Amino acid sequence: MFRIDFNKLRFLVCDDNPHMRRILRTLLHSFGAREVYEAEDGATALEMYSHYVPDIVITDWAMPIFDGLELAQMIRQPESKGNPYAPIIMLTGHSEKRRVTVARDAGVTEFLAKPISAKGLYQRILNVVANPRPFIKTKTYFGPDRRRNTNSAYMGPERRVGEKHEVLQQPSLLDKARSTI
Amino acid sequence: MAKNSAKDIEVKAFATHQIITQPNPLRKVLRRVDEKDLDDPVRRAEQALAGLSGEFKDWMTTEVNRLSAAYVAIRNDGFTKDRRDELFRAAHDIKGDAATFGYPAAAGIAESLCRVIEHAPDLEKVPAELFTHHINAILAIVHENTRLDSISVSAELSRRLRKVADDYLAHVNRDRPEHLEVILAPSIVPAEQG
Repeated sequence: MFRIDFNKLRFLVCDDNPHMRRILRTLLHSFGAREVYEAEDGATALEMYSHYVPDIVITDWAMPIFDGLELAQMIRQPESKGNPYAPIIMLTGHSEKRRVTVARDAGVTEFLAKPISAKGLYQRILNVVANPRPFIKTKTYFGPDRRRNTNSAYMGPERRVGEKHEVLQQPSLLDKARSTI
Repeated sequence: MAKNSAKDIEVKAFATHQIITQPNPLRKVLRRVDEKDLDDPVRRAEQALAGLSGEFKDWMTTEVNRLSAAYVAIRNDGFTKDRRDELFRAAHDIKGDAATFGYPAAAGIAESLCRVIEHAPDLEKVPAELFTHHINAILAIVHENTRLDSISVSAELSRRLRKVADDYLAHVNRDRPEHLEVILAPSIVPAEQG
């Protein structure tokens, strides 16, 4: 059995709602985290991301001006001077399948639909710490590997060319999002 | 600690893509513990969250007052993008927070309101009663009821409002299949939580 030494992790939390930031801070401190930085919008979060170099980003989606999706897209810039590989956990009230797909395609690592639970948050953090995925760079995407199942017959326009064994066996982001615990 | 140096990063190039791997930069925070280890960080966090619960009523009141103010601004001066966005965010926050604060029926009603705002083709043409019934129901649940609302009238109210809103959205989107598909798709959140 593994535990996480949260006191060695640095978190960046981005949510425009002060109540949700308070809840997240409470949960993370209770897990043992000491370094939890907070931003109330995406632009501030991006500045703090460059300055504090967090290990894990937890962001809301719906925020004024510069939302969590744009934040994820800005972090996932392969040529940036900062760290484009940090795990991003999208914590959001959006609960539609298409939203999970959009978040995935923006480079989000994990998706956690509200209402938040201590167990759900812990499991997402454990997953990004213990099971990091390789990154994929294509003309239109840079982020964690989005493939979750084997379909050798797939011949769609986004089929990757040049590999024999290229698939990670793991549940899809949607399946994990459906599992709120 | 989060970033590996460039020399640790391995890039395999293929015809259409690159696969980038690196040593797990967070591996040092994983610690093996005995199965009998009694420390339970999740339980600790749940207890801490329970310790905040005394503040939830005030937080929820703040959230519903924000929602109400957002709609009053629209009723007085009409829809603009900013006013529409503020109404949506206020409802969306309640959708996400209310169950945590002990008002699951309010979360369900806020979700229904979010769907109206998101999928009505013309918000100016939405019957005002559809907005006011949603907002008044949330206000009533928070201001007049206890948090034990899930087994009572408020849960039924939530279900009925959702049906009225869904029927309206299905009608006004009958020629917009991309919206209909989203409206009719099931939520990824189990119904009992929402």
